[in-house]
Amino acid sequence: MAFTLYSLIQAALLCINAVAVLHEERFLSKIGWGVDQSVGGFGDEPGIKVQLMNLIRSVRTVMRGACYFLLCTFSHFRQKMAKKKNYVTFYQFFYVFNLGLCHI
Amino acid sequence: MRLRNSSMDGSDGSQLFDDTSATGRGQAGPQAAGGLPGQSLLADPMSNLAMAYGSSLASQGREMVDKNLDRFIPISKLKYYFAVDTVYVGKKLGILVFPYMHENWEVSYQQDIPVAPRFDVNAPDLYIPTMGFITYILVAGLALGTQNRFSPELLGVQASSALVWLIMEVLAVLLSLYLITVNTDLTTIDLLAFSGYKYVGMILGVVAGLLFGKLAYYLSLLWCCAAIFVFMIRTLRLKLLSEAAAEGKLVRGARNQLRMYLTMSIAAAQPVFMYWLTYHLIR
Repeated sequence: MAFTLYSLIQAALLCINAVAVLHEERFLSKIGWGVDQSVGGFGDEPGIKVQLMNLIRSVRTVMRGACYFLLCTFSHFRQKMAKKKNYVTFYQFFYVFNLGLCHI
Repeated sequence: MRLRNSSMDGSDGSQLFDDTSATGRGQAGPQAAGGLPGQSLLADPMSNLAMAYGSSLASQGREMVDKNLDRFIPISKLKYYFAVDTVYVGKKLGILVFPYMHENWEVSYQQDIPVAPRFDVNAPDLYIPTMGFITYILVAGLALGTQNRFSPELLGVQASSALVWLIMEVLAVLLSLYLITVNTDLTTIDLLAFSGYKYVGMILGVVAGLLFGKLAYYLSLLWCCAAIFVFMIRTLRLKLLSEAAAEGKLVRGARNQLRMYLTMSIAAAQPVFMYWLTYHLIR
């Protein structure tokens, strides 16, 4: 159970990337989680679903570019720490590239 | 959100801490010392000027460092949480281990600012969690040593993994507070303090296990888990639930139900963490 702060940061970064990658038009509207569908209650209780949708939208807005940059930095850093062979580094590069492509 | 000691600054810092600085004595010092050997030094106007300039430069530098540091780490807010004294720590540890006799759980306020911990037993502080965390790491090292599994890197591993669990717990609580839109004056540091109170129970369990064996570990851990559960529920009830529900009346409605569930799950997570972080120390 050897958790380090580094693994926490890495896990947090990947989770935030996963949330930021959820596309508004292609995916969220299809399952009824688009932000245009959240105009409902005007009382003082927004409800959990509306809060979640707002959270996803704000994460996406804030972390769009930052995620890609941070992922590049982290994979480069990990490469340096691992000192593994060439095909492994190519795999990591491809992994990050894939994650970055999802942002389009 | 009520800001803690937003109006407290250095001039009335004696409200938080006893002013034991030697400002009175310090002024008498240089005069007495300068009288005898430094007479010739002080008489020289150039060195006088240099001394005055140097001291003003030093105080300017310190002000700048304080101001910049205060932007990143809110030091003035942190000071509030460390304003404790021995009586408070003793009473708080007693409540953490035996919360069943304590009756009044409300935090008292003084003109809209929460009172410092040394004047109110119910106020959260950061001294006990910090000391508890450090003691937990030391006791973990001790426990691993008695099983011949110790190495110095393991201390760092224990420390970082306990810290990671703490951070994840605080983040999870913050996320759920955001999702349920609770209007509360619980700050992040408050949540950190409440999550850190479980280290006391963990230490007691591990020490009992080291001294008296596995059965004592399980018994004391059970006692401390129940105590922390009751403590958390009674403390969080006043902060998270609405006024009516906190007094014990049954208030219907989905919102209050959600808040009750949140309180219950925060309190139930504490025993889980306590067991999770200590079971591998007692074999």
